[in-house]
Amino acid sequence: MRTVNQKAWFLVLPVFAIVLFSALLPLMTVVNYSVQDSFGNNQFFWNGIGWFQELLDPSSQLGERFFDSLWRNLLFSAVILLIEVPLGILVALSMPRQGWTVALSLVVMALPLLIPWNVVGTIWQVFGRGDIGLLGYTVNRLGIDYNYTASPLAAWTTIVVMDVWHWTSLVVLLSYAGLKSIPDAYYQAARIDGASRWAVFRTIQLPKMRRVLLIAVLLRFMDSFMIYTEPFVLTGGGPGNATTFLSIDLVKLALGQFDLGKAAAMSLVYNLIILAMCWVFYTVMTNADADRRRTAIDEAAEASAAGLPPATTVELDRRAA
Amino acid sequence: MARITLDRLAHSYSADPRKPSDYALKEINHVWEQGGAYALLGPSGCGKTTLLNIISGLVIPTRGRILFDDRDVTTLRTEARNIAQVFQFPVVYDTMTVAGNLAFPLENRRVPRDVIEARVKEIAGLLGLERVLERKARNLTADAKQKISLGRGLVRADVGAILFDEPLTVIDPHLKWQLRSTLKELHRRLNVTMIYVTHDQTEALTFADKVVVMHDGAVVQLGTPEELFERPAHTFVGHFIGSPGMNILAAKIEGATARVDGHAIPLPRAYPPFPKDQRVEIGVRPEYVHLRPSGSGIPVKVKRIDDIGRRRIARVELDGQPLAASIADSIAIEGDEGSLAFDAEQIHVYTDGRLAAGKPLVGTQS
Repeated sequence: MRTVNQKAWFLVLPVFAIVLFSALLPLMTVVNYSVQDSFGNNQFFWNGIGWFQELLDPSSQLGERFFDSLWRNLLFSAVILLIEVPLGILVALSMPRQGWTVALSLVVMALPLLIPWNVVGTIWQVFGRGDIGLLGYTVNRLGIDYNYTASPLAAWTTIVVMDVWHWTSLVVLLSYAGLKSIPDAYYQAARIDGASRWAVFRTIQLPKMRRVLLIAVLLRFMDSFMIYTEPFVLTGGGPGNATTFLSIDLVKLALGQFDLGKAAAMSLVYNLIILAMCWVFYTVMTNADADRRRTAIDEAAEASAAGLPPATTVELDRRAA
Repeated sequence: MARITLDRLAHSYSADPRKPSDYALKEINHVWEQGGAYALLGPSGCGKTTLLNIISGLVIPTRGRILFDDRDVTTLRTEARNIAQVFQFPVVYDTMTVAGNLAFPLENRRVPRDVIEARVKEIAGLLGLERVLERKARNLTADAKQKISLGRGLVRADVGAILFDEPLTVIDPHLKWQLRSTLKELHRRLNVTMIYVTHDQTEALTFADKVVVMHDGAVVQLGTPEELFERPAHTFVGHFIGSPGMNILAAKIEGATARVDGHAIPLPRAYPPFPKDQRVEIGVRPEYVHLRPSGSGIPVKVKRIDDIGRRRIARVELDGQPLAASIADSIAIEGDEGSLAFDAEQIHVYTDGRLAAGKPLVGTQS
């Protein structure tokens, strides 16, 4: 029997205390708001799960508004991923592998990542203006009607381009790291096997980048799903509600209308959606790993059944991987 | 299918090589005969992988030519040469099945579907991979993966030579023997040239019919395992092959006698006087030096005796020069005094590291 020394819990206690004050208690006030109604003056009335019912019912006013911004948000994330991931891979593939240009291109790639969100928003807000912005002015002079304060399409395009400009670098850097980890022998073997450029990408580079790409998709999804600053700076969610994503809607509801109960219910659901998405990604990633391990163990069992020495099959595979 | 000729080949990784030391591979002339099993043996960084990569076309040499039979392939692309290469770390295409991996080189060369299938089956049979053909390649063990990379070479009907770059590095010891005998077996059955790069003398000597020993970018000896052992052409070969390596002793040569610090050792050959500025040494393998209790022979100081399983090796000192000697089971050494006896016909003389040719003495061969 192994005796377990439980004293180590004391070492983690400070962390628990900090998390309690920084996350758990604030969250509890939100939970508290979400089941009550208030008419100002610090008067609260019990409302049970009323807000949640209304929020999740698309036929109600609140529900309609919530689902509109949810779909808007999901569409935005999908567009972002569809552009940034392939573009990031493409850029990573064309980056130099050695020489002084490596450092240069890495620095250039990292630059957008260093700029704060609201600065990015402001840059593009000015850049896209029809009167003084270089982009807006030029595009309008070319005969294309571009005005992000009036046209939803223009506002969307601006935000998407802004996000691509800001965050494709992240995908690039992750993909580049994945590419760098591929031993030269793979490319040499592919040359000997007469593989085309496309075949090399499909059979070597893409599979080897799979794990970092999964992380890139996860990070970009989370971030774009929580986007707030850029549309807020650009048009404040407009024109109309065209760029009102979940976080913007939440702020409008909580601080604009001061509907604390509705806003609290919405933020909890929003939170749960993000948690669920995280969980799905996490499961997909760990399952991919478990799948590998399981087959290795099957193998060992099969090898021993066939009378071969099973000794180090699993470890061997791990070393070779 | 392919006799590989290296014609005045040299390679340097620097753009503007001037000194000999700029060359990773010094000038080399060599012919790899069709169907031979060769080993390229040498320590890390001696240029053996460079040479291999030049043959496979991954590196274009600075100077010289490579001929496959009579065709100049020096600047030909890798995929256009009829060679295959197995790397140190197993290379398999992760997402494909074993069958997919084996079919890959043929698919890239647009071979008809039915031909591919038949060929894959045949090669899988040769390598003992039939049972795992439909399995994903990435889940297999390192030795199976090495077989797959070998299979990708064998599957091509045009392959005349297979190059191995330390292929057993990541294989578990008890599987190394299996895989090596698979290789030997394949070599016997298929008419392909095999060139096997390694720094492990056991692997080289057991795999190859002919061993090429490289040192510092140059070939120092080409020979059968026995020749390398009995008549090393260079003190490096003497030292590198054999465990422990050959004893090298600074000596003065006077005709058919070597003088090591005043002790006379008879030689099997007579040598002309060597120029003063040359470094003169004698080399003799520990197998041919016998340690006995003090008495007749050359007195030495015994440092320690290592039991290396089948035999015992004594580490001794002859006037400050360390030496390894065999010691028969029946002999017990008391204290640290002993004396050495040499097998005269197994002593070689080296000048500046190279084997000196002497004139055999008549009548002294026993």
